[in-house]
Amino acid sequence: MRIGVITFPGTLDDRDAARAVNVSGAEAVALWHADADLKKVDAVILPGGFSYGDYLRCGAISRFAPVMKLVIDAAGKGMPVLGICNGFQVLCESHLLPGALTRNSDLHFLCRDQEIEITNNATAWTTSFAKGERITIPLKNGEGSFQCDDQTLATLESEGRVIARYVGVNPNGSRNLIAGITNERGNVVGLMPHPEHAIDPLTGPSAQGLGFFTSILKAMVK
Amino acid sequence: MAKIVVNVMLKPEILDPQGNAVASALPRLGFTFANSVRQGKRFEIEIDGEPTPAQMVEVEKAAEVLLSNPVIETYEVRVEK
Repeated sequence: MRIGVITFPGTLDDRDAARAVNVSGAEAVALWHADADLKKVDAVILPGGFSYGDYLRCGAISRFAPVMKLVIDAAGKGMPVLGICNGFQVLCESHLLPGALTRNSDLHFLCRDQEIEITNNATAWTTSFAKGERITIPLKNGEGSFQCDDQTLATLESEGRVIARYVGVNPNGSRNLIAGITNERGNVVGLMPHPEHAIDPLTGPSAQGLGFFTSILKAMVK
Repeated sequence: MAKIVVNVMLKPEILDPQGNAVASALPRLGFTFANSVRQGKRFEIEIDGEPTPAQMVEVEKAAEVLLSNPVIETYEVRVEK
C-alpha cells in the first residue's frame, strides 16, 4: 500500500503527512510537484502549507503543476485523493471539488485545536470513524472559509457530501460550518483542519487524526 | 506596445472580509463617504504592438482559467490606450 505525498514549493506539512501514513501502516512515497510520474502509488495526499507562496490565489498555481495533471486524471478514475488545508484549496482550484476557500471572515490567521464532527463516514478517507463522531485536531489557516453558490451548497447537503463540520464555533465563516467535503464518488476528500498533526498525544491534541489514514488503508485492502 | 488590463472582482454574493476591513478603517481616518468597499485585483499585461482579436481571445481564456476563479470571481478585460 503506497500513498504518495506531494511536495510543492512552499508545502509545509509533507513530513507530518508522510509520518502519519507510515504510522498508520502504509508506505509514504514522496512525490515532487514537477514529477511526471505518480510512482505507482495507490492514493495521493496533498498536504498543507503555502504552495507557490499562495500567490494569485491559494492553490491556483499548484493546480497547473505537472504532477497535478496525473492526479486529476487518476482521481477521475477513482484513485483516492486527500487534500488537507492548502491541499483542499488545490483540489478546489483543480475543480476536483466544488466551491472555494476564501479569507477567514475575521481576517486573522487561525491556529488552534478545533473540534469537528464527522458527518460522512462512507468516503475512502473516513470509514474508520463513526458517523457523528467528534474529534479534536489542529486548525491552522488564513483562507479556510468554505464558499460556494446556493445550488452547490444544496447539492452537497442533499447528497451527504459534507464530511466534517466545525463544532461549537464557526472559526472562519465557512458556509454551513463546513470543514470538509467529498466529490460525488467519495474518493476525493478536502479537509481544512489537519489530521496529520494529531496522530500522537505527545505532539498533538489527540491521536484522533490517525483515522483518516487508517481509513484509506482499509479502503485499499478491501 | 499595448497594455491589456484584467480586473478581477469577487462576485457580489461572496463575503469580502478585506473590503469590509477597509470600509471600517475609512471612518476611523475621517473619511465618511463610503457605504461599502469591495477589494479586487488588477493585472497589467504588456504585449508587443496592438493586440489582435486572436490574442484577445487568448487573454480572455487566461483570465478565465488562471487569473480568476469563476467559482468566486468575475473578470473584465480591456486594452489601455
